Amino acid sequence: MSVEPKDPSIGVDEWVARSAQRAEYAPGWRGQAQRRWERIGWWPRLGIAALAGAAVPLLTVNDFQLQIGINALLLALLALGLNISVGWAGLLDLGFIAFYGFGAYGFALLSSNQLSTSGVHLPAYASVPIVMVGAACLGLMVGLPSRRLIGDYLAIITLFFGEAFVEFTNNVATNKLGGPNGIVAIDPYKAFGAQITTNKGYFYLLLILLVLTMAALHLLDTSRTGRAWRAVREDPLAAEMMTIPVNRVKLMAFSFGAVVAALAGTVFAAQQISVFPTDFDTTFLILIYAALILGGAGSIGGAVLGGLILSVTLDGFLRSPTQSGYLFYGVILLTLIVKLRPWWRLIAVVAGTAVFGLVVHAIVHAVSASAVAGGPQSSGWIADLVRNWVVVPRNPAAAGNVGFVLLLGLLIALVQVRGRWRTVLLVPTLYLSVCVWEGRLVTVPAITRQILIGAILIVMMNARPQGLLGSRRVEVV
Amino acid sequence: MHFFIQELVNGLTQGSLYALIALGYSMVYGVLKLLNFAHGDLYMVGAFIGYFVIQWFGGPMALSVPVPLVLLVMFVLAGGGVGMLGVAIERFAYRPLRDAPRIAPLITALGVAFLLENTMLLLFGASYRDYNTSAFISFSTGIHIGPLNVDIVRIMVIVLSIVLMFALTVIVNRTKLGRQMRAVASDREAAEMLGINVDYTIAATFFLGSALAGIAGVMAGLVFNQIYTLMGFVAGLKAFTAAVVGGIGSIPGAMLGGMLIGIAESFVTGYISSTYTNLIVFGILIAVMLARPTGLLGRVPLQKV
Repeated sequence: MSVEPKDPSIGVDEWVARSAQRAEYAPGWRGQAQRRWERIGWWPRLGIAALAGAAVPLLTVNDFQLQIGINALLLALLALGLNISVGWAGLLDLGFIAFYGFGAYGFALLSSNQLSTSGVHLPAYASVPIVMVGAACLGLMVGLPSRRLIGDYLAIITLFFGEAFVEFTNNVATNKLGGPNGIVAIDPYKAFGAQITTNKGYFYLLLILLVLTMAALHLLDTSRTGRAWRAVREDPLAAEMMTIPVNRVKLMAFSFGAVVAALAGTVFAAQQISVFPTDFDTTFLILIYAALILGGAGSIGGAVLGGLILSVTLDGFLRSPTQSGYLFYGVILLTLIVKLRPWWRLIAVVAGTAVFGLVVHAIVHAVSASAVAGGPQSSGWIADLVRNWVVVPRNPAAAGNVGFVLLLGLLIALVQVRGRWRTVLLVPTLYLSVCVWEGRLVTVPAITRQILIGAILIVMMNARPQGLLGSRRVEVV
Repeated sequence: MHFFIQELVNGLTQGSLYALIALGYSMVYGVLKLLNFAHGDLYMVGAFIGYFVIQWFGGPMALSVPVPLVLLVMFVLAGGGVGMLGVAIERFAYRPLRDAPRIAPLITALGVAFLLENTMLLLFGASYRDYNTSAFISFSTGIHIGPLNVDIVRIMVIVLSIVLMFALTVIVNRTKLGRQMRAVASDREAAEMLGINVDYTIAATFFLGSALAGIAGVMAGLVFNQIYTLMGFVAGLKAFTAAVVGGIGSIPGAMLGGMLIGIAESFVTGYISSTYTNLIVFGILIAVMLARPTGLLGRVPLQKV
């Protein structure tokens, strides 16, 4: 919620004053750090981030962790591409995933035995540009409807395009495209006799590509085209009046996004050695959207950060019950610490939840011993800590389902009530969420992951539409 | 010829379902200008409610009450339950975003759809569930002329959809609520100034639209037998396009569009190939949307500056 400026000085437009106030630095060391960070310019900042990324393989211990890193970089790259049409140009492109698929399939066809018996095995410096040019053309084609359709119509037509891509690769020319069996035995990235085969190699390749894309997009963002995109997003009609070629600008947004996605697709295909139609379904599209929304649509750093956070969270932590526990409790505690002010409310809530849990556990235990016999389904020291605190019955699945529905109801109620009652209601909500987590969600990480993505989209849009790093859009009425 | 009529009936059945879902899309789009991606999933929830009603009455093999009563309870519970769910979704996910930029509620709608699908997945698993309609409704009753078979379930679905659409038309055109809905759809702020309770009207619109989707879900379960948690998404997509083909915001348009798409799909499956059904239908839809974005019965909206 924006605070009204205290006294708008004469001669200063109200929303200028408000946006200036919004842009003001936070007080204390945070503002100082922010100021210093901003003073060093964009390319040293990018360089620092790149160096930090390059240090990651030195810290990882196995290929699995590197794979998570690769997935994270891929998602970041995709979020960057999506940011062009969604964040900058304001065009809701729900067929974005098809460009990614096009890149992957294009690379796969040009570097495998799929097209002819002896196969086409182009080196990367030939195949990747071909695929990128193809994607740019495809982007133009898909973008064409944006000349006539806006908003929801454009969204649905691009969504059809995305769905059609999956149908196409599944059903058409199955001897070439492989149908549901996909394309396997794809060459690695190779050029001038050298080739990348290790995960570490792909990690560095992706890191370099990501940094280059970020730099290119930064230059694009501050260019005439970038400003034109934002003008079209805010008000197409006004942009047209200002002699911005609206249609061409929109098509460019689609094309640039497609190229970035296709680039990510080629690396994906080469690293996985195989591509399947199901790699490019709507679920993954929504993941990219969640990454962009989480990080902040319209901001390069935001898109990358969202991709990295989401991917590392979902792939890295949600795999093992112990680590997902760290994530779950960590996020809850962090949210409480950030959101609950002053400090005594925080302490009251945490202590209240602890006591509430003990009391509930004691009552339930007295009524029926089997109702608490399940114990936490996770493992590790957190599980031991909450063992005699959470209520998990012997058959946790059914009770967990009921608890989950109840939890949704409680969360909705929590949004509705205000003031003191919200603090009071927070206690049972927290406790129930821990019970549901320990009893049910931790046992089904795949579904938990999807639920989390859906929740991120809804919560971010309602609570902080500008994302973690984006700047709030100034609405002029 | 028989094959043609058979496919036509199949298309009409499928089209009735699309039309019912499309009505909800169209109504919601009319009042909020929001493409409610979660609408297709409401249809899926309706199908599940119907399934559990059958189980509750003792399962398809041994129903404890007469079949018409079971059907009635299924339709009422699915309609009412899904209607309430729709109202809840509007209240908590869309209402706070009513004045946000257009893209925000759309992305929220994606999130709601995703959340709904996966909550159902968590609760009921990914396996297919079987209505087993033939166990309690005899498919041999109905119209049978030579090789042509139109069973009672299909007849019921088509007739009931027509009745529902008629009822909805009456509600929108003849009642006070309908008048309020039309007023909110054409200009929300002006409607508010005239003393119309906009929040209530939008909630009522969501209720009606979602209830129709829930009923369509039960019908889908009865006709196709199999229901699963991901059945809503593609059905919702096609239904939305049905609404667009007919002309969004127009009730007869949604019916016409739904029927057309159902019949087109059925003929493509019957005469060309079932592998390419979705691809061809998507192709038709893209073509129609490009050629005539206002739909067959829609009017070109005037844009105020």
